Amino acid sequence: MTTEGWLVMLLSVGTVTVLFAWCIRKVLTAPDNAESVHGMDLRTPDMDRE
Amino acid sequence: MSQAKNEWGSRLGVIMAVAGSAVGLGNFLRFPGLAAEYGGGAFMIAYAISFLIIGLPIGWAEWAMGRYAGQAGYNSAPGAFAYIVRHPSAKYLGIIGVIVPVVIYMYYVVIEAWCIGYAFKFWTGHVALQTTQETKGLFAAFTGASADASALKFSVDAALPWLMAVFVLNFWLIYRGISKGIEKLCNLAMPALIVLAFVVLVRVLTLGSPDPARPHDSVINGLGYLWNPTKTLVVKTEPAAGEKPREVIGAAAIAEAEKEVAASGGTLKLVKRGVGEQLANPDLWLAAASQIFFSLSVGFGVIIVYASYMKRRDDVVLSGLTASSANQFCEVALGGLITVPAGVAFLGTTAIASVAGSSVGLGFNVLPLVFAKMPLGMFFGGAFFFMLFLAAVTSSISMLQPGIAFLEEAMGVGRKVSVTILGMLTMFGCGFVMYFSGDLKALDTLDFWVGTMLIFILATIQIIVFGWVWGLDRGLKEAHEGAAIRIPGFFRPILKWICPGFLLTVFGYWLMKNLFGAGGEPSGYITDLSGEKANLPAQLSVALILAVAAFFVLLTARSAAYAKAEAGKSHHDNNA
Repeated sequence: MTTEGWLVMLLSVGTVTVLFAWCIRKVLTAPDNAESVHGMDLRTPDMDRE
Repeated sequence: MSQAKNEWGSRLGVIMAVAGSAVGLGNFLRFPGLAAEYGGGAFMIAYAISFLIIGLPIGWAEWAMGRYAGQAGYNSAPGAFAYIVRHPSAKYLGIIGVIVPVVIYMYYVVIEAWCIGYAFKFWTGHVALQTTQETKGLFAAFTGASADASALKFSVDAALPWLMAVFVLNFWLIYRGISKGIEKLCNLAMPALIVLAFVVLVRVLTLGSPDPARPHDSVINGLGYLWNPTKTLVVKTEPAAGEKPREVIGAAAIAEAEKEVAASGGTLKLVKRGVGEQLANPDLWLAAASQIFFSLSVGFGVIIVYASYMKRRDDVVLSGLTASSANQFCEVALGGLITVPAGVAFLGTTAIASVAGSSVGLGFNVLPLVFAKMPLGMFFGGAFFFMLFLAAVTSSISMLQPGIAFLEEAMGVGRKVSVTILGMLTMFGCGFVMYFSGDLKALDTLDFWVGTMLIFILATIQIIVFGWVWGLDRGLKEAHEGAAIRIPGFFRPILKWICPGFLLTVFGYWLMKNLFGAGGEPSGYITDLSGEKANLPAQLSVALILAVAAFFVLLTARSAAYAKAEAGKSHHDNNA
């Protein structure tokens, strides 16, 4: 493996790792996470009849 | 009457679900093969650009449009299109967003069954392979690729019982609903998948050079084969048709190749191919764009449905970016370091080059042999295929929700009825794929027309609807509602001009290459359909796609819900 190969690999792997880590940290520390984020609702007619 | 409802437990739930949908077999099998084939450095440049101008913009567009339509009670792609575009034709275009996941599910779940079947075979020590031919023989017998219907038998050495098991598992999970089914699965499966990938990765990176007689075949050279930006190739001056140059990695191998070239009497030459030269190859751009496209699940009709169940002020921008980054992490940092280095270490670059870009070829015709030769290979082979199974099941379950949402909406039925109808439809499709298993013809044909072509078409429609029909200002305003981060300003021209233009260019080149043939001759997918080379399983596969499409068109045309959507009324509005 050449030096350029090592650089490409470390840059590629490092970039996606840092981006993923930053996103997860941002999601977990976003303000009002518990209150403003309710996720998805799913109501269907058969559930309504329950 | 009490009203029951399902909810995600957290924002992480929806992100895990979308990431689980995106992370699939292509991350671990297709990406490393393509990166190796086209040269790591050049490929990653095209890959990063494609991520920025295709992957992220279309993803954000889907998240924003889905959540907007969901506020009015429309959870399917036809409903979302009809509500946003407000034109009678829109709902029919939206049907593509139902056909794609439903038809892909019909063959994807079959591959999922292969994964769990192979994991079982490894963990029970039933894999004794010495040669590539034996590996291919095992695959042909297990999957039925040797002859039509040959895997339709109740044996752990055939795919059928595994297919039945994973089919029931998928529908049991989807019937439990969004929170108890999809969220619970993804919350468990995604971390487990990453842990398993790390375990296999550590094993692969510590393999060194397993055969002392072939010191060039090492993990380091495998990484070089994947990531070296400049490729050194031994090229025949008069190659046979379709013959590819042989790549050599490492100083010692290059020195040997130089001697070989010098002794060849001019029939061989050594060529160095740099990044600039590789980037001038349009096939590299097509490969990178396609990989981004299929890997992120944009144009699948899944994200728009998942997002439709969100509330108005739930974030979509950060969620979209996080789901995409999770997929990229699994693809580049895990997938990019496992399969190809392991394959090169045990089998050499030539064996890997012959299957590069083919998920089935690399995953099932080469890697089982690699694990069979590896110390503790039964454990690590089982772990690898179980990891693939987890990646596949989180994807396949996401392919069911668009169909269920559509049936509920178009027919006005509940989850039980819609799950039952979709179950019967996909059971027939899976049976069809299993029956016409010879040469995997049905699977390959469905994958080409739906899993490749219709995805391109749907994604193009989505980005045009977002940027041109809905309008960029309105679309971005909707996307920024409740957003934790803002979409940077430089994405405005990308969303409006560059993304649709790039998509249309790539799609045009793809059509020219794969449909009409590079040399003006129609491709096999066309000649399979009529004429002297007509192939019955291929013809029936296209007939199956058309029949599914016709069924969905009929339901859509008769749906009162979509008439309301076209009129701009909420699905819950009783004054239609």
